[in-house]
Amino acid sequence: MSTPEQVAATRPTGGDEAIGSPRPTRGLRSDALRRLRRNPMAVVGFTLILIFVGVAVFAPWIAPYSPKDNSWLSEVRPGAYPGPSAEHWLGIDPLGRDVFSRLVYGARQSLLIGVVSLAVGATVGVGIGLLAGAFGGWVDTVVMRLVDIMLSVPGLLFAIAIAAMLGQSLTSVMIAIAVVNIPIFARLLRGEMLGQRAADYVLAARSLGISRAGIVFRHVLPNSFTPVIVQGTLTLALAIVEAAGLAFLGLSGSDPSAPEWGRMLTDAQVALTSAPQLALYPGLAIVLAALGFTLLGESLREALDPKLRR
Amino acid sequence: MLRFVFRRLLQLIPILLGLSILLFAWVRALPGGPAQALLGERATPEAVEQIEAQLGLDRPLWEQYVQFLGRAVRLDFGASLQTGQPVIEEMARRFPATIELAIAALLIAVTVGIPLGYLAARRYGTWLDSVLVSASLLGVTVPIFFLAYLLKLVFAVQLGWLPTAGRSDPRARAEHPTGFYVLDGIVTGDPAASWDALTHLILPAVALASIPLAVIVRMTRASVLTVLHEDHVRTAEAKGLLAGTIVRHHVLRNAMLPVTTVIGLQMGVLLAGAVLTETVFAFSGVGKFMADGIVQRDFPTIQGFILVIAVSYVLVNMIVDIVYGLLDPRVRVS
Repeated sequence: MSTPEQVAATRPTGGDEAIGSPRPTRGLRSDALRRLRRNPMAVVGFTLILIFVGVAVFAPWIAPYSPKDNSWLSEVRPGAYPGPSAEHWLGIDPLGRDVFSRLVYGARQSLLIGVVSLAVGATVGVGIGLLAGAFGGWVDTVVMRLVDIMLSVPGLLFAIAIAAMLGQSLTSVMIAIAVVNIPIFARLLRGEMLGQRAADYVLAARSLGISRAGIVFRHVLPNSFTPVIVQGTLTLALAIVEAAGLAFLGLSGSDPSAPEWGRMLTDAQVALTSAPQLALYPGLAIVLAALGFTLLGESLREALDPKLRR
Repeated sequence: MLRFVFRRLLQLIPILLGLSILLFAWVRALPGGPAQALLGERATPEAVEQIEAQLGLDRPLWEQYVQFLGRAVRLDFGASLQTGQPVIEEMARRFPATIELAIAALLIAVTVGIPLGYLAARRYGTWLDSVLVSASLLGVTVPIFFLAYLLKLVFAVQLGWLPTAGRSDPRARAEHPTGFYVLDGIVTGDPAASWDALTHLILPAVALASIPLAVIVRMTRASVLTVLHEDHVRTAEAKGLLAGTIVRHHVLRNAMLPVTTVIGLQMGVLLAGAVLTETVFAFSGVGKFMADGIVQRDFPTIQGFILVIAVSYVLVNMIVDIVYGLLDPRVRVS
């Protein structure tokens, strides 16, 4: 005799029928949420994201000074930068600015780049994937060959090429990262939709006389969207790291005094021996912000995977 | 098998053509147009006009593309704006450094990653598994250049165990017939030079290896976990085979298949990551040259770099696919 748990654990992996049948949407979602809450990885990830977003949104209230205020230039000596003090929690940078304030405002920039590039990249990518997945045939072939070509250039390199072409601005960084993400989302959604198209419930909907658009938008798309959400969370982490990488290479906003984690890291290179902490702060900020989204994304993936349902 | 290889080669054609169109469009979209990009921002209008006529930019677009393709096939990207020398010569001189670095990083990632991934799978659900999974998540999240910076700070600046930058001791007078410094020492019978090159290679290679290492650990773990629960492993156990035999012949051999593909895909990360790592360590490879090119808006160099790296990436993945086909007969048939 098998226990109900065992039955539940084997059911979703029980061959093709389970893949083809419509997912128990509500059940899966509440189940996923329950498992997310229990997963320490998800809790840590969510907390990190909450802190990151909170700092970004409330930056003017958290930061004691303006990020561009260089009133403390007179306190800076070559090779000796004032360390943490009561007035300047993380010290002063080589250009006489408060490091803590720059770090806080840097969160804004990172979040902005991450969210905008994700929104643009995911929207266009999902649109293209939808086109290929819904129509199939030659549309699918053409679209997917284009996606293959875009994926044949390593992501960071692709972003460098686009950002270099568009010139130094925040917009070009966002566009560059968005474009890199388009083929990833397109391929993901298209693959999911192809899997769903053969499902019994699609056949049932078709035999009921529901239009192609109705089937795609009301049935196939909602059922294919889960991996897109997971990918979106992971993409935010990647976008933050990629933006920092571009800034590190000199491809970022046109205002060199703007607080940006990647550029803060680059600027700190000159003080590697005398003030290594100057690079440590922005570096850790990038890692923690990206880690938050990675942890949440990976936990989401696990929680939403029906094979792991218990 | 030959048919499989041939089919795979045929698939290469549309990708390469598409890549060339993408790059052609990119050159056309550069600020000021291709002639300006070729000459730099301070070029006089007369010089721009002359180059435009020379490049045939007044001809129809398809003619320009054919010409572009001809030049790309001959790897003729014009002269670098940084040095005035042909881009391809500059790249050829620096390529061994980047390949040496990428191979070293890949070696680290594979030799450390596969055993760790296997260990995590065998200790599934224990604290060791959790530590390895968390570390691999951290590995994909830490920006390469930040890790490079930390390694340099700790092991080169603070502890002084390894050199901070470069490919070799600038005071040393070693010969470099191949351009692969570690190999050069062996070829010229100068083990000290090899050792010197190796010490310079360690930190950049470890930094560059971080992402592939993390990915390989996770992939191996997942793959071994899947295979461990398959029927043929249970049969092997039931037959009473030795644990070591089961691991070598039944688990690892099957579990390594998906890992091979992942290793191929990591080549892209390695080649693009070299741009960042080489910059931190002033390692004079193509990556560093490209990074300098970005700062100086040296478009001929950026163009050449992208084409060469993208084509190598496509080729490496094709080779991996073919190897996969050799290892797994199921792939050839489908």
